[in-house]
Parts: sequence; C-alpha cells; structure tokens
Amino acid sequence: MIDEDKQEKITTKIWREVPEDDNPFAAAACYCAGFDVFGDVLRNASYIDYLYLLFKHEPPTAGASKLLEGLALALANPGLRDHSVRAAMCAAVGGSTRASALIASISVGAGNLGGGREVYTAVNCWQACGTDLAAWEAIIKSPPQEERVDVWMPMEHAPGFDPNGVSCPKPVRQTLAYLAEISDGNSLAWLMQHREKLEAFAKAPLAMSGVAAAAMNDLSLSAEESEILFMLLRLPGAAAHSIEQEKLGWRRYPFFGNGLKLMPYDQVSDED
Amino acid sequence: MPDDLQKYEDNWETSMGAWFPGEKVTLRGKDVLTELNDYRWLEYLLFSVTGRYSPRLARLIEGMWVICTSFPDPRLWNNRIAALAGTARSTGVLGSAGALAISEATIYGLKPIKGGMDFLYRISEKLYAGEELGDLVSAEMKKYRGIYGYGRPVVDQDERVGPLLTFAQSLNAGQGPFTKLAFDVDDYLANSRYKYRINASGVVAGLLADEGIDPEQHYHLATLTFTAGVIPCFMDASKKPEGAFFPLRTSRINYEGTEELRAWGK
Repeated sequence: MIDEDKQEKITTKIWREVPEDDNPFAAAACYCAGFDVFGDVLRNASYIDYLYLLFKHEPPTAGASKLLEGLALALANPGLRDHSVRAAMCAAVGGSTRASALIASISVGAGNLGGGREVYTAVNCWQACGTDLAAWEAIIKSPPQEERVDVWMPMEHAPGFDPNGVSCPKPVRQTLAYLAEISDGNSLAWLMQHREKLEAFAKAPLAMSGVAAAAMNDLSLSAEESEILFMLLRLPGAAAHSIEQEKLGWRRYPFFGNGLKLMPYDQVSDED
Repeated sequence: MPDDLQKYEDNWETSMGAWFPGEKVTLRGKDVLTELNDYRWLEYLLFSVTGRYSPRLARLIEGMWVICTSFPDPRLWNNRIAALAGTARSTGVLGSAGALAISEATIYGLKPIKGGMDFLYRISEKLYAGEELGDLVSAEMKKYRGIYGYGRPVVDQDERVGPLLTFAQSLNAGQGPFTKLAFDVDDYLANSRYKYRINASGVVAGLLADEGIDPEQHYHLATLTFTAGVIPCFMDASKKPEGAFFPLRTSRINYEGTEELRAWGK
C-alpha cells in the first residue's frame, strides 16, 4: 500500500487536479490558478486568455488580452525566409519526423539573432533601463560584459535591433504602431516615440524581436517568460510551412548547389 | 542594401569541408574517403573540432565519456527524457535529441563542462599576474555562488574522480599545471566553509586544458558525451508497458496556488 503523503511530489502554483474515483492516475477535474479548465475556462475564455493565465496565474485585463493576441498574431509566422522556419522546412523536405521540424525550428529560433535569447536579453535591458533614454544609450553603446563563458555566445549587436537591416521594415513599424496603440503599458509607446534615436545608438534598425520585447515588458513578463513565450508563439508558421514543404519535397527546395566554395585549409596538425 | 548579406548570397566560402556529390568529401583540407578513412570515430571528431590528429588524446576523451558521462540511469535528468520518450512511445532519436538538448544544463552537463575549463583558464591567468588562489576562489564563489567543476547535486563525493585519474595516468595525462590547479582549488574548497569537492567535470577540464584544448573546443567535443547512457534508457522504457515509467498519480502534485475556486469572467 502506497503512502501518498510520503511520495516525492511536484510543487506548483499553476495546476491542481482531482482524481477520478476509479483511477488515481487520471484527473476528473483540472484547475489552473483556481479556474476549472475543462468545466469553465474551455467554454468561457479565449486561447490567448488561457495562455496568459498559465504564465501569470491571473486572467488578463481586456487590454492585456488584446496586446497578447496582437503579439501572438504578429509573431505566429516569421515568414519562410526566417532562419527558424527554414529549419522546420529542412526537416520537412528530408522526410524527417514532424516533431523534429518543431525541434529544429526552436533550436534555430532560440538564438541571439532574432530569436528567444535576443528577446531575453532585450527584456533584461527594458528592466534595467525602462524609459530612460540615456540608460538605453549607455547599455547599447557599452553592453555589460560577462566574465565567464556561457553556452550562449555573447551578443554581437544591440538586442532588439537588426544588424543586417538598413531601415526599419514596414511590418515591424506596423506591428509597433498597432501594439503601442492598444497597450496599457508605456514601453511600446516610448519605443515608438524614440525608435529613431535608439536605432542611431544601435547603428541598426529596430527588429521584430525588439517590438516583442517591449510588448513582453508591457505585459509584465519576466525575461525568462518572454524568451520561452516568444519561441512558442513563433511555431505556427514553422509548422505550416514545414507541412507544405513536406508535400513539395527536396527537389523543389533550395540546396544551394553552386553556392559553396571550398577554400584552401592550412591548419592541419598531426601530433602522434 | 546590406553589404554582408549581399556578399554571402549564394556564396558560402569555407575551408571546413564539403561534399562533392559522387566524387569526394573533405574535412579541414583532408579527403575523408582516402585520408581520414582509417580514423577511429573519436579521432575523427577530435579532428573535426580542433584540426588535431592525436589517437592518444582521442582515446583519453573516449575514456572520459565512458567513465564520466554514460551512466544509463533513467532518473538522471537528460536520460529521463529518453525514458519518457520511450514510455510515451516517441522515437529513439527524438528521445535522444531531447536528452541531448537538455544536457546543456547548469547543475550538470555542458555548462559545467565548458565553464569548469573557462574557470581554470581565467584563474590561471590571474595567478600568473600575482593574485592569490584563495582570493580568486572566494571571489568566484561570492560572485556566482558556485564554481563549475566543483560540488555535485544529490551527493557530495564524486565516485568518478578516482577511476578517471587512473585512466588518465595510463595515458600519461594528469601531470600538467591545469590538473594541479584543479586539485589546488579542490584542496582550498574542501578546507573552506564551502566544503565543495572537485567533480568529474572539474578533473576533465584540468586534464584537457593540459592537452591544449580550449573551452569552446571542449564544449563542442562534449556535445554527444551523454549519448551512450541515454539510448539504453529509451530502449528499456520502450520495452515496458506504455506509460509505465514512473507514473504519477494526481496526489503527486503539491499544489501551492490559490485554494479559492474561481469562475471565469466573474
């Protein structure tokens, strides 16, 4: 006979379950932050509201719900030229598992260039600088240096800006304008107002990751929450494009057949 | 128009390697099919990461993988992904991929592996500049509340250290300054209020730093280091009944959130 009190447990503030009478391994009811998920939330909340509830343990205000909805829509498909979506399509054209398409997409879309890690770093900048233009100038021009190495490479550009950009692309400006219009916070509005000054400090135009970071800050999400949510919200496009390319196959997908040039190598050392 | 992107458009210049379909394959200037075809796999990996050919160093790394990082215990966090994948009837590669991805952990795995060697290089430079070991170790502990390569979750002592050193000595490794430094830090910590002891990643960091491996190479070399322990965990779980791997009843949830029953929209 198992003493349930003595078993190791998983601690959570998010989720509670009530067992079925006939099976302690099946839930009869699931509560998310006190709300009955299948008896109440399912019928009465939107997906975005439930997503917010999972992270914040409170239902969103109407404004927060609208902002997260707008952000989710803007991020849902980065477009098929985006590195993360390309990763998903690479999986697809080779006939890999569909799970691997999403894994590949997250792996690639996790990084410092337009990925989850960039949003993490940018949200940390928001927390450090707020709406203080001088502080932003300082952090962009002299970013903090970590003494220890990390598995992440150091940032090579100002977080939230596109090192390969020329001017701020219209979809980024449209997203910023719309999200700033509906946000109850002041990060997006301030970013809208000071975008060009910040771009001058960064010597690069604002990127979608920078808009996302400001929106995440207006939603009072932590850097960690922002990083993981950003990766999650960008998956629908990767999924849809991978399914499409799976049907089209590798013959209709670029291989860059003439794109690689092998150069001389002169660093070979034989030791033993 | 961005200059860099235009320059690289349909133009990837590389000396690392390439496949010439139907003809040849090269890696770091060598023909894989005619010059590297006799390499053992770890020799090939070492060459691919560092450009070095050294059967002795490859053998040292191979032994490290067996002794330190191939424990087939499905309770270990990365192995558990494979076991969960097996019990949930996912595929073996997806289980291994998940396990590989989470091996980039903080309390074990790739962060200590890379960070432990980085620590030795950093304090070695400072010692050379005249700073004191005790001050450096204390400063690191104070700043980061831990030092990669020292201390261990679950238990204090690391059973791998002895066998690892014995194996290293069989290959004439373990006599260099970085290994000595790694154990000097161990001595300092053991006699301090921190009570941390060196773990296998700290010893490996010293041994391989003495072989001229840098933290970035060390990190890349270690990418697959857990794999041989991961795969059996998947196989084992996939042979047992579906869902049988450490099932959780609802009472295993220790709920600490609001007790209030709430109604949406009210």
